[in-house]
Amino acid sequence: MKKFAVETSLSYPKKGAMGKTGSWRVFKPILDKKKCVKCLRCWIFCPEGSIHREKDDSVSIDYDFCKGCGICANECNVKAIIMEREEVKKK
Amino acid sequence: MTIMMDTGNRIGAKAAVMAKPEVVAAYPITPQTTMVEAIAEYVARGEFKGEYICVESEHSAMSACIGASAAGSRTFTATSSHGLLLMHEMLHWAALARLPVVMCNINRVIGPGWNIWVDENDSISQRDTGWIQFYCSSNQEIFDTVIQAFKLAEHQKIVLPVMVNLNAFILSHTSMPAEIPEQQTVDDFVGKYVPHWKLDIDNPITFGNIIGPEHYYKVRRAMQEAQQNAKQLIPQIAKDWKKASGYFHGDLLEYYKCEGAEHILLSMGAIGAESKIAIDEMQKAGIKIGLARVRVIRPFPAEEIRKLGKQADLIIIDRNISIGSEGVLFNEAKAALYGESEAKATGFIAGLGGKDVTYKDIETMCRKAMNGSAKKQEWYGMED
Repeated sequence: MKKFAVETSLSYPKKGAMGKTGSWRVFKPILDKKKCVKCLRCWIFCPEGSIHREKDDSVSIDYDFCKGCGICANECNVKAIIMEREEVKKK
Repeated sequence: MTIMMDTGNRIGAKAAVMAKPEVVAAYPITPQTTMVEAIAEYVARGEFKGEYICVESEHSAMSACIGASAAGSRTFTATSSHGLLLMHEMLHWAALARLPVVMCNINRVIGPGWNIWVDENDSISQRDTGWIQFYCSSNQEIFDTVIQAFKLAEHQKIVLPVMVNLNAFILSHTSMPAEIPEQQTVDDFVGKYVPHWKLDIDNPITFGNIIGPEHYYKVRRAMQEAQQNAKQLIPQIAKDWKKASGYFHGDLLEYYKCEGAEHILLSMGAIGAESKIAIDEMQKAGIKIGLARVRVIRPFPAEEIRKLGKQADLIIIDRNISIGSEGVLFNEAKAALYGESEAKATGFIAGLGGKDVTYKDIETMCRKAMNGSAKKQEWYGMED
């Protein structure tokens, strides 16, 4: 990766350049693998690249970087993804 | 070399085209219109090979230049007054993004009070955007400064946008002869543009992403360092251009008959040129007065002004005012002197709204300052 000498707001590709943004989440997508038909709509629409696609086209959610926007749940035609409020851990 | 007898706008356009920008994006506004029309003529004749983008506003013009520059192109645009103000957000953007866009701004009054004549409030109000700012006093200087602006903006120690200012009508629409060097001279001087960063699909980066306080702080400091570097590079590039073309209009300032002067007049733009006649007249009458015409207000030539303050009292004419404060050159010259010099500084606001400022007016202001009858800063030639 070539880096430029100029000091301005340039960001070079790497995983999690802004840290673990999953901590921003209020609603958490929960995937029901039994309902999933491997259509990959969630994988296509996720704006953060937080849906991982496996070789057999099954998917999983990367909670380190998923911000909980809910687009995947909205796009899922078979309602295999539902949004649940993040639980506040009780002391 | 040829002599071109033409207006400041058309000579500025000639310089821009000879520097071979790959993209020009512009929107017409009086009194800049004839400059972008001239570039359009070069396109029509096939003499300008770059992209010429007609946009729907000045905000878009600057945005297009930013996009083109970020993609690695040399870019040029021109505007004036309200057009410059509409660009305001994108002026900050170009500078913070460290994109070496070059722009001519024709200094014109800001409305309301619809007025197309000269004053410098438009560009002076943009002095904190990070752009380097030149002020020209002749058509030859416009040509030479536009060429130098590309060299400066793209220098690895600068990488900042540069604004070349010329006064409405007095320069923009007045024909004067200018020597135009051979294309090869300009090519050799400006060189091929090598971007210092660019958007490139083969080397993908994100630009303009979120950055935290500790990084943002560094971006601002780097801009300040680049402006400080310009204090060395502007004189160097002016000297190099003199070697290439024979023309020299001063560096940060142009000094005129300052040797042995006990009073030094600071002025800018066309008033700076007119001031030379006033200095000649007063020197003929035995007065020890010289002129330091300020060519560059960003970076501000504080060290040079401090040096003048050790030699002489200063008289400062501003064709602008920071409302609620003072004329900006007056204000900043005094700040430069603070704690370093006992020199007296007297300021005048003159020529706002396009009011004519003749050499006789300049002489009157200087004499008032020298005989102590002027206030600290006063409005010259105000007709109640």
